[in-house]
Amino acid sequence: MRSMLTLSISAAAVVAASASFADQRVVRYYADYDPAPLAAMEEIIADFEAANPDIDIQLQNFDHEGYKTAIRNFLSADAPDLANWYAGNRMAPFVNSGQFMDVSDVWEEHGLKDSLASALPSMTIDDKQWGVPYTYYQWGIYYNKTAYEQVGASVPETWDEFLANCALFKEAGIDCVTTGTKALWPGAGIFDYMNLRTNGYEFHMDLANGEVEWTDDRVRATFAEWAKLVEPGYVTENHAALEWQDAASLLVQGKAANYVMGNFAVAVFKEGGMTNDTLGFLPFPTINPDVPRAEEAPTDTVHIPSGATNVEDAKAFLAYLAGADAQTKINAAMGQLPINKDAEVAQDDPFIMAGFELLSTTPGGIAQFFDRDAPAEMAKVGMEGFQQFMVQPDQLDNILDRLEKARQRIYQ
Amino acid sequence: MSLASTERRSRSWWREHQQRLTPYVFLIPGLIFFLVYVIIPIFESFWLSGFKWDGLGEKTWIGMANYRELFDDEAFYTSLKNNIIWLVLYLLAVPAGLFIAIFLNQRVRGIRVYKSFFFFPFVISQVVVGLIFAWFYAPNFGLFYLLVEKLTGTGIAVLADPDLVTYGIIAAGLWPQIAYCMILYLTGLNAVDPEQVEAARLDAAKGWKMLWYVILPQLRPATFIAVVVTVIGALRSFDLVSIMTDGGPFGSSRVLSFYMYEQALSEYGYRMGYGASIAVILFLIMMVFISGFIWKMVEDERQGN
Repeated sequence: MRSMLTLSISAAAVVAASASFADQRVVRYYADYDPAPLAAMEEIIADFEAANPDIDIQLQNFDHEGYKTAIRNFLSADAPDLANWYAGNRMAPFVNSGQFMDVSDVWEEHGLKDSLASALPSMTIDDKQWGVPYTYYQWGIYYNKTAYEQVGASVPETWDEFLANCALFKEAGIDCVTTGTKALWPGAGIFDYMNLRTNGYEFHMDLANGEVEWTDDRVRATFAEWAKLVEPGYVTENHAALEWQDAASLLVQGKAANYVMGNFAVAVFKEGGMTNDTLGFLPFPTINPDVPRAEEAPTDTVHIPSGATNVEDAKAFLAYLAGADAQTKINAAMGQLPINKDAEVAQDDPFIMAGFELLSTTPGGIAQFFDRDAPAEMAKVGMEGFQQFMVQPDQLDNILDRLEKARQRIYQ
Repeated sequence: MSLASTERRSRSWWREHQQRLTPYVFLIPGLIFFLVYVIIPIFESFWLSGFKWDGLGEKTWIGMANYRELFDDEAFYTSLKNNIIWLVLYLLAVPAGLFIAIFLNQRVRGIRVYKSFFFFPFVISQVVVGLIFAWFYAPNFGLFYLLVEKLTGTGIAVLADPDLVTYGIIAAGLWPQIAYCMILYLTGLNAVDPEQVEAARLDAAKGWKMLWYVILPQLRPATFIAVVVTVIGALRSFDLVSIMTDGGPFGSSRVLSFYMYEQALSEYGYRMGYGASIAVILFLIMMVFISGFIWKMVEDERQGN
């Protein structure tokens, strides 16, 4: 409701502004930035407008949750010229229903297939590109160094070492792995890594695309590894009632040792008082040494809706946003990683550096995240299943049957 | 000439029927809104429930397939079961409200202040009630959790427990609902005829007998409204579920209205047809109660009470 209100206010503002700058061509841009990236994006827009004085980019910012609903309305009712969204299967409904415009020409013209190569697969549907990615961030395990010292654990590289550490933490009354699955998605992060490390990237994507049965033995193998964590009680109890931030505070307080999370959590850990000396990052340990290491890095994107009125200038802005300068700037503000391989990352942030190292050397492939790789309905059913497994591991057969039933319905 | 005569004729026609027509003229705006926002959407839901539609693309007619899927859907039965638990336990608000009302129905200094304290939970928004109770139950720092931990050694995270979660949410819902029933009964008690009470006293009635045979029959209109409001409130319980658990853990606290919202409108949903078929089922359940209530009102009117 509030977003509808701000929408109409902004519409009025757009009309007023375009009246006063009659000689400028207006590009309307709807987005959902947090305050820091918003400021950076406004700077990028100012730079772009300075270089292109005849274009006026008008940014209308929504709050995250409201945006997810609003985009479905404004794409068909009152399409802007640019809109934020996400890569992978998450953009598929809009691509398939013809709401997003094919921007392959921008990719060709500006050599983006080379400079944004790491995100090319996740931006491609039917051999065409449907938007431009501007940021991503790594997932992995964030750990409390003090807790590791307290029990005398060393940083693990393999799953067995990790589980051995868990036994130490359990003895000391520390949760080996914490998570807060009230909003479901944090559990999917754990599943993604369990599956990527057990069966590899190709299998994981086949599963997300509905090409493998959930009752397959390889899926069971993933859950068997996961059970080694759940059954001995190494995961925070009551995680189903915790928000991810609540679990983050357990890590900050040293009541938990490890947290499978995305890099955005670093800001929360640091607000809680952790520093580069007490907070550590480690890549998810190796489970099956035969599968090439794959990582998880959700990508945020900008698209041109099919109903856009100023396509030419919108494409010019997309090309600018794909460039190294713009990506350096916005990612410095977001504390995330640029996709453009010529962009720079903050050298003084060990987590950004670690993520950059991790993603740029990934041999296996980069997954988006379960709720972006799988279609929305499958994601919902799946994430509920993952949560249930972490509460009731003995229900595995029921869970897998349910997921399989959903798969047969959703992908038909 | 002919123009003037038709004008005169039409004016006199209006004058002739004015008395009879005016009520309908006043009803028209209300009827239009009722039609557009209530009646037509009901039929649209029925119609939509035969389609597969994501709200954006083409609608595909799939007939009864949504219902076939629904009746084979574990989540639907969980929601239905929870709705029944809600319905039964939520009705506890009626007797609870009655007893608080009787307890407060006295002339003591400052009674109005006490009454307003009891009424307070009804004044705050359901969202706030949900948040308060979510914190109350929260593991590790919630008051309820710590209390149980102190008494038994291990805390219970109500909202993380698939068997307890619905009861936990209903308890939160009862808090404002009891206050509402209490207010209904307090106004009802004002209308109790003191002469009848006096007469009953002379006949040595007191305590439970007095309540059952003398007071309660006079409170029938209040009881009726309290039951209606509570039943409908239980069936549309949505806000508390949404705020306290979002249907979780793994869907164990869903109710039909929440499941409908999840399927049709939430971030991972947009199955408009499936959502509509849940809405239809919920509508049919509500219809049983609503027609019961309407039948009773019509009966009462006919008998002239």
